[in-house]
Amino acid sequence: MPDQVGLELIAAALGEAIPGSVLDTEYFRGQASLQVAPSAVRPVLAALRESHGYRALMSVHGVDYYPHEPRLGVHYQLLDMFRVDRIAVKLRVTLDAPSIESVTPDWPTANHQEREVYDMFGVEFEGHPDLRRILMPEDYEGHPQRRDFPLGGEPVLFTHNDATSPGWTR
Amino acid sequence: MSTRADYRRMEDSITLAPLEEQVAAQRGGPTAELLTLNIGPHHPATHGVLRLLVTLEGEVVRDIKPIIGYVHTGIEKTAEDKAYWKVIPVVERMDYLSYYFNAMAFCGAVETLLECEVPKRAQYLRVIHLELNRIMSHLVWLGTSALDLGAMSMFWYCFREREMILDLFEQSSGQRMHTRYFQVGGVIEDIPLGFEAKLREFIAIMPTRVDQYNDLLKRNEILLQRLRNTCTLDEESLLGLGVTGPLLRAAGNPWDLRKAAPYSSYEDFQFKIPVGTVGDNYDRYAVRVAEMKESVKIVEQALDGLPEGPHITADRKIALPPRHELATSMEALIHHFKLVTEGFRVPPGEVYYPIESPRGELGCFVRSDGSAKPARVHMRDPSFVNLQATAAMTRGSYIADLIATLAMLDPILGGIDR
Repeated sequence: MPDQVGLELIAAALGEAIPGSVLDTEYFRGQASLQVAPSAVRPVLAALRESHGYRALMSVHGVDYYPHEPRLGVHYQLLDMFRVDRIAVKLRVTLDAPSIESVTPDWPTANHQEREVYDMFGVEFEGHPDLRRILMPEDYEGHPQRRDFPLGGEPVLFTHNDATSPGWTR
Repeated sequence: MSTRADYRRMEDSITLAPLEEQVAAQRGGPTAELLTLNIGPHHPATHGVLRLLVTLEGEVVRDIKPIIGYVHTGIEKTAEDKAYWKVIPVVERMDYLSYYFNAMAFCGAVETLLECEVPKRAQYLRVIHLELNRIMSHLVWLGTSALDLGAMSMFWYCFREREMILDLFEQSSGQRMHTRYFQVGGVIEDIPLGFEAKLREFIAIMPTRVDQYNDLLKRNEILLQRLRNTCTLDEESLLGLGVTGPLLRAAGNPWDLRKAAPYSSYEDFQFKIPVGTVGDNYDRYAVRVAEMKESVKIVEQALDGLPEGPHITADRKIALPPRHELATSMEALIHHFKLVTEGFRVPPGEVYYPIESPRGELGCFVRSDGSAKPARVHMRDPSFVNLQATAAMTRGSYIADLIATLAMLDPILGGIDR
């Protein structure tokens, strides 16, 4: 992990290269993270790869910050294998316009992971080559990992209850 | 509308047209000879409920579209509704062959949030179980992969040794699988009497058994022809696709989190990281088999150097008090009651805790909002990410090699779908 000073240096360099990109930095439990503007995510990740050595994108997670606004968050975990160094890039989008640029063209590994975030949280990734649901069925309604999505059952369709089924799968 | 037609309609969004155009451009002619073949979801060679839409030209694979989600059970959603210590058995069921790793990643993340120190003995006990689990996972992989390649007897030999490991798990925790042995702050119980003797027996036997597997397979003509120089993928493409673990090491990159960023006292042990040279299926096989021997070495060192001391943190706000104290100490009773009813509260924050699972980087992301339940638990499961490499590996090779590659990829569908 970069230390707190290193993180500020990276943030300053990014802020200079891409004005308005870095909104905040956080150093928590020895883990460094940058809060970036949603519109700047692709250039920021590219700059971190080109100028700071973070050449591997290890993970993309979606987060729902309910009840805080803006609600939806997307995190990118970057890794530098030579210095064994990690940095997290985080951004927040609102429910009304949950749309950011896809980083799949730069990082092929983001393909499935962005699809998962889309599926579970409804964040749309512009420029993703194949943005479809990945884990939930194609005709599923709603984004189940959102915090306000109700926990509850769905009847499982068997042959014995086919006649009484509410018809959701027909 | 009939149910069958409905299923077809649901799949309308999967389009192969751009792909067919691309292939047509390559061939300079029509694509009438292209065949789309559906493999799975119920097919023995897919190692679970994985479905592949394979585009074939003759016997040659032109593209693959994996379709997943058949065993999606919403574990991450379930975890948000449970107290931290009740999440452990749920996340253990994600990647069902490496349950200790899932528990380790989650406990590690929560311990980081809590800034909780894990006693040295607990760290060593964790290492022993993690490495036994790694061997067990590789044994299942070796047995089923050899079965895919037509070697029936390997399966029985591998499961014979796996049984020894499962017996050890049963001895230490009472369960053979999904043991819930790791707790936040340590492990649930110390190893029982007789565990060490049984483990020593296993340590003595396992390296010779690995040699026996190698004698059976390493120079086997059928295996060599099926694996050697098939479906090679270079390190650069693998890194771009986010592939980690034995698959990346087979291509020559010695990236292993146990060495690179040691957790749970891995820095105390001497072991090597097997790497491949070419990055073909044979290297993937050889790296995993060599890893089993290294894991035995780690287990032996951890057992020899097992320090005395507590097996779980003394912080009563996190770990349950010993049973006998409940009868004599009011304070212990209160702690017990609070932990069992509400659970412990975790300071707000977000952490990502990566470890080296048998399949690569298993990272657990936990977000706490300060309550006794996690606000978000996300596993970066290596199978989920590695699966993306299937198409890149197999494009342009025979469909028979696709089966071998899938076996060497070692995807666990429970981990992919979660």
